[in-house]
Formats: sequence, C-alpha cells, structure tokens
Amino acid sequence: MSIPNTILALLAEKPAHGYALKTRFENSTAEAWPLNVGQVYSTLGRLERDGLVQPKSNKDDDQIWKITAAGRKALNNWFQTPVLNSPPSRNELAIKILIAVTAQRRDISDIIQRQRTATMEQLQRYTRHKKDATSEHELPWLLALDALIFRAEAEIRWLDLCEARVKREMK
Amino acid sequence: MQQANQTILEFKNAARTYGSGHTTVHALKPTSLSIGKSELVAVMGPSGSGKSTMLALAGALDDPTEGQVLIDGNDLAAMKPRRIAELRRRTIGYVFQEFNLMPGLTALENVALPLELDGQPLRKSRELAMEALGNVNIESLANRFPDNLSGGEQQRVAIARAFIGSRNLLLADEPTGSLDTQTGEVVMQLLRKQCDEGGSVVLVTHNPGHAAWADRVIFIKDGEIVDESKTELAD
Repeated sequence: MSIPNTILALLAEKPAHGYALKTRFENSTAEAWPLNVGQVYSTLGRLERDGLVQPKSNKDDDQIWKITAAGRKALNNWFQTPVLNSPPSRNELAIKILIAVTAQRRDISDIIQRQRTATMEQLQRYTRHKKDATSEHELPWLLALDALIFRAEAEIRWLDLCEARVKREMK
Repeated sequence: MQQANQTILEFKNAARTYGSGHTTVHALKPTSLSIGKSELVAVMGPSGSGKSTMLALAGALDDPTEGQVLIDGNDLAAMKPRRIAELRRRTIGYVFQEFNLMPGLTALENVALPLELDGQPLRKSRELAMEALGNVNIESLANRFPDNLSGGEQQRVAIARAFIGSRNLLLADEPTGSLDTQTGEVVMQLLRKQCDEGGSVVLVTHNPGHAAWADRVIFIKDGEIVDESKTELAD
C-alpha cells in the first residue's frame, strides 16, 4: 500500500492538517488499514523534502498542508500505473502450507482445516458488516469490504485446492 | 410437538449407509446437530463428502439407517408416511440450483401451488403467494411465466414458494450455482432476510462468499462434520 500516494490524493481533494489526513484515510478505507498519525507526519516530511507538498502557511504548530504541481503530476502518474505484485508480497499462509507439504507433516489436513475455519470466520464478519452497512456508509467503505471479502474467499478456495491436491498425491 | 429451545431441525446420531458388508458406503457417519429458528446454516465440503445426504435426511426425502431426525420436534421414524408427506408440504421448502418452476404456470401460480395442493382455497392461496412474492420484492412480476424471468428472478420465485404459508425451514442445494456473482449475492441477502424474520435455512454451497452469509458454517468431510465456524461480531 502506498501511504505517500494516498496522502497526495487526499491533499489533492483539499488542504488538510496531519491528523485530519489520518481520519480521512481511515474513513475512505473502511478502517481496514489503520494509520499511525506518526506515519502521516513522517510521510508529509518526506513529501515536502521531495517538493510534492508544502505548508499552506508558515505557522509551525497545527500546520495545514497542500499539494504542489509536482505532487499532482506524481499522483496522476500513480493513478495511471497498474499495480502488480511482482515479486508477490511474502504470504505467510502460503509459506506455511508449502513447508508443511515439504516436511510431509501428517497433520497437514488439520492445519488446512484450522486455517479454513479461521478465514471463514473472518469472511463471516466482513459479510455481516456488509449486511449491516446502511446508506450512511460511503461507497469506499463497501468497496473496501468487498476487497477484503474477495481476498478471504480466494484464500479459502486456494485451501480447498491444496487439500484436494495433497489428498490425490497421498493416494 | 414444539420444543422449548426453538429447534427446528435436529439430528441425533443420524447416519446413512448404502450397501452392506465389503461394499458398505458410509455416506453420513453418526451425526448430531441442531438448527435453531432464525438460523442460517451453511454446509461446505468437497464433492461426495455427504452434504447432499445430510440435506436429503433433513428434508425427510431419505431415512437415516441409524439414529433419528426430528423436524419441528417430530421424530420422523415415528410418523406414518402420510404425516411425513404433510410435514414436508407444510414445513419444508426446497431450493435447488435449477429453479424447478412449472413452465406452464405464472410466478404467482407457482408460488401458490403448494398451498393449493394442500387443499387451501384458491383465493387465500393466491393472496399468500402475492405476499410471499412481495417479501422477495417481485410482486410486479407475479403474472409472468418462468420463460420471461431472468435466472435471478426465477430463483426469487423459488424462494417465495419455499417460504409460502407455514413453511419455515428452507433446504437449499447450491441455490446460487447458476447465477452471476451479484445476483447470487442478492439471493443470499434474501435468504438472510428470511432468517432474520424467523425462517431457518440449511444451505449447501461450494461458494465461500455465499456461505459467509450464514450464522454458522459446518465443514463436512468423508461423511462427518470436521469443524464449524461462527459469526461473532465485536461491538
């Protein structure tokens, strides 16, 4: 996830204080990716160093930040570039299952089932949030939930496939 | 007789085997479970794991070779076939991947059919059918024939029919199997709504995203329940 680009996008909408950026970021991502306010300030510092944002006034405390022309250009570039996980980010679950298979663990089926139940419970929680979503929730909230739902679904489907392949190999 | 704990469906060590001796197949090993009123329970497992056997026993379409199945407190083994047929007609609705609507009847007539077969007056049956169509938001399609309805609309008619009159237990076998993602989700929302309003659903599905609408997901493998996941929402 790109915090700098997300902050640029929020500032492109309107200038803001650091803390307001944190709140707006979390609201627009269904609070699925909590952001530390310290991260916001350190990111703003780096963005200022690179000339992508600048303080709106010269007040030291409670600074309001705005995006620069270079910042808008960088942001536009980010939106226009597809995101590819290459190389894929490290996936602990995949590593765990692969190691269990390599080590020929006899409890591989239990390991898979325990994970499947845990992921299903997470999926049920996301789905319940979606069911309870009202018109007060903004579209980003629903889209973020859908992203989490699809990821959990994919994980369960992958576990199903792992189990079927392992079973076939063991026969 | 109604049970105090509001259980609609109960398996007490219910098992189903086919064949005998060396060729015995344990389609469902002795299984105990209970499904409450207002509960949506999903059953997941690989092909041949016993899901459909479980559903057939739950719907009194097949008999256990061991143990008991109770529907609304009634022990099926102690009931005469005629009473079982009546219980099936009045308590249980079925929804399948194929919508199984009668092509020569309108949506309204399809939904009213179980009541008419049960001897209810035509007018009363149609009134209740219209109400059931309203519950799935398609009263405006009441006079259309199945051929003129989309897959999602046909499945809504099937759900309305499954909950018509006093029917309060719906057994669904891959009800979203032939629907696209969004229509499938609408069907799941309707099943959820029916449960929130007092109905009970047992849903067999391969789709984890649809199973996640359930209160509980039962995982079944080689004829037995291996695990169960629940929804517990943090405040």
